[in-house]
Amino acid sequence: MELAIPQTVAVTLGTLFTVLVFSHLIAFVLKKANPKKDYSELFQRINSWWVIIIIFAVAVVMERTAAIIFLGFVSFLALKEFFSLIPTRRADRRVLFWAYLSVPLQFYWVYDYWYGMFIIFIPVWIFLFLPLRMLVIGTTDGFLKAAGTIHWGLMITVFNLSHAAYFLSLPAIDNPQAGGVGLLLFLVILTQFNDVAQYVWGKSLGKTKIVPKSSPGKTWAGFLGGVVTTGAAAYFIAPYLTPLEGGMGAIGGAIIAVAGFIGDVTVSAIKRDLGVKDSSSFIPGHGGILDRVDSLTFSAPVFFHFIFYLYYGPTLAS
Amino acid sequence: MSRLLRFLFFALIVRPIIYVLLGLNVRNYKRLPNKGPAILVANHNSHLDTLVLMSLIPLSRLSEIHPVAAADYFLRNKLLSWFALEIIGIIPIRRASKGGNPLRLVFDAIQNGKILILFPEGTRGQPEKMEDQFKEGIRLIARKFPDMPVYPIFLHGLGKSLPKGEGLFVPFFCDIFIGEPLTYQESGKQMTQQIHSRITALAAEGQFPAWE
Repeated sequence: MELAIPQTVAVTLGTLFTVLVFSHLIAFVLKKANPKKDYSELFQRINSWWVIIIIFAVAVVMERTAAIIFLGFVSFLALKEFFSLIPTRRADRRVLFWAYLSVPLQFYWVYDYWYGMFIIFIPVWIFLFLPLRMLVIGTTDGFLKAAGTIHWGLMITVFNLSHAAYFLSLPAIDNPQAGGVGLLLFLVILTQFNDVAQYVWGKSLGKTKIVPKSSPGKTWAGFLGGVVTTGAAAYFIAPYLTPLEGGMGAIGGAIIAVAGFIGDVTVSAIKRDLGVKDSSSFIPGHGGILDRVDSLTFSAPVFFHFIFYLYYGPTLAS
Repeated sequence: MSRLLRFLFFALIVRPIIYVLLGLNVRNYKRLPNKGPAILVANHNSHLDTLVLMSLIPLSRLSEIHPVAAADYFLRNKLLSWFALEIIGIIPIRRASKGGNPLRLVFDAIQNGKILILFPEGTRGQPEKMEDQFKEGIRLIARKFPDMPVYPIFLHGLGKSLPKGEGLFVPFFCDIFIGEPLTYQESGKQMTQQIHSRITALAAEGQFPAWE
């Protein structure tokens, strides 16, 4: 186990904990100031943040293997939530079992630095295999719907989220400060930061709704405010955690903000379609795992391929 | 020795499977009793039902909780009956009784302040479907202890994870809705019927995806 982590990563984690301590203090002050108001949900939310950030920090600090296992576990929980929400056919129990098995395999490819397999396993091999498994079972009623929903869930919760883990397997580039861990932290922190920034902007001056049907609470002001604020924050953070220089850091942040927003409203649209408010009650005060990682399901692959294009691509030729 | 094995079985195997692989969404957890005697009554779809209900009580109080189960099924051979009696800790009842009170062991457990688990459908039945009528055993037990609370509980999802006749476990989040307790004192002869309608009402609180 290597406990030696890049100094910038340690500073980032320290900052996160400081922010959390301050949020907790502010919540206490609020509670003292308005003793009649019920702040239990706020406290639940902050307590859950403590748990999430402590687990995340431990996983990141420990070593690559632990971090990959941790992200694979998050992926499994999100997939389980998805399968528990969607209508399923009794006949497909065995198909779902194989779909679950794709999680450890997908994260094993990440662990094994096998980019070629990582990038096609779910979109090609699982996409071809699951319908075969369904054919063998032989129930054709609802076949397309089942094949479609199952694979959609795998793409969102396994394929997309595993991109966050693959940052830990990219070959070292000219990023002396923080390496792959830095990119992972940058992605996760800015995605969550953007969620908060969008919420604050939307609450303070949002009027025109941006996607009224799926997320009536989301406004243009919230969206644009989030993109600008996240871009600005990224501009200052990028030099410490990523190889992105100057304006590229801000662009990286803006890309995370836009993709995160789309992920957020897409998962909202699914929940609206299924008629649920939260994907589960797994994380007190937050809802389910899917509610927490909704933005990340889109920002992870988009930011990953942005970095990949800039530093490893566009072609594979040495 | 068996007490230790029972503890280890639940601490190292059952709880990790239930809390990590399966995952529980419990509604109204605080309604659960802090101490016995009490009976938890639930719909029955899967062998996992018993293990999930037993996992709701803190591990330190494992020795207080016992499922009531049919002797003809769980005591049908030596190994199974050792496992059922010593590890799961069932209280056996004889469905086809020849003399003696088939509920005697149940009464003893209640007198000792235990929390019992009972599935009044009498069988696991069709996955995610509840029988139209409950067996009257629960009322006969409660009649003897008229102020003992009986908690109606609705379980959803376990019939998908491990239905009757299937050996392959597939994870799904499990929903557990805990209802307000009732007693024989209040319900009297209508008790079985009332428990059935409370569980049906709990089921209607949730919104569950189709499973066909």
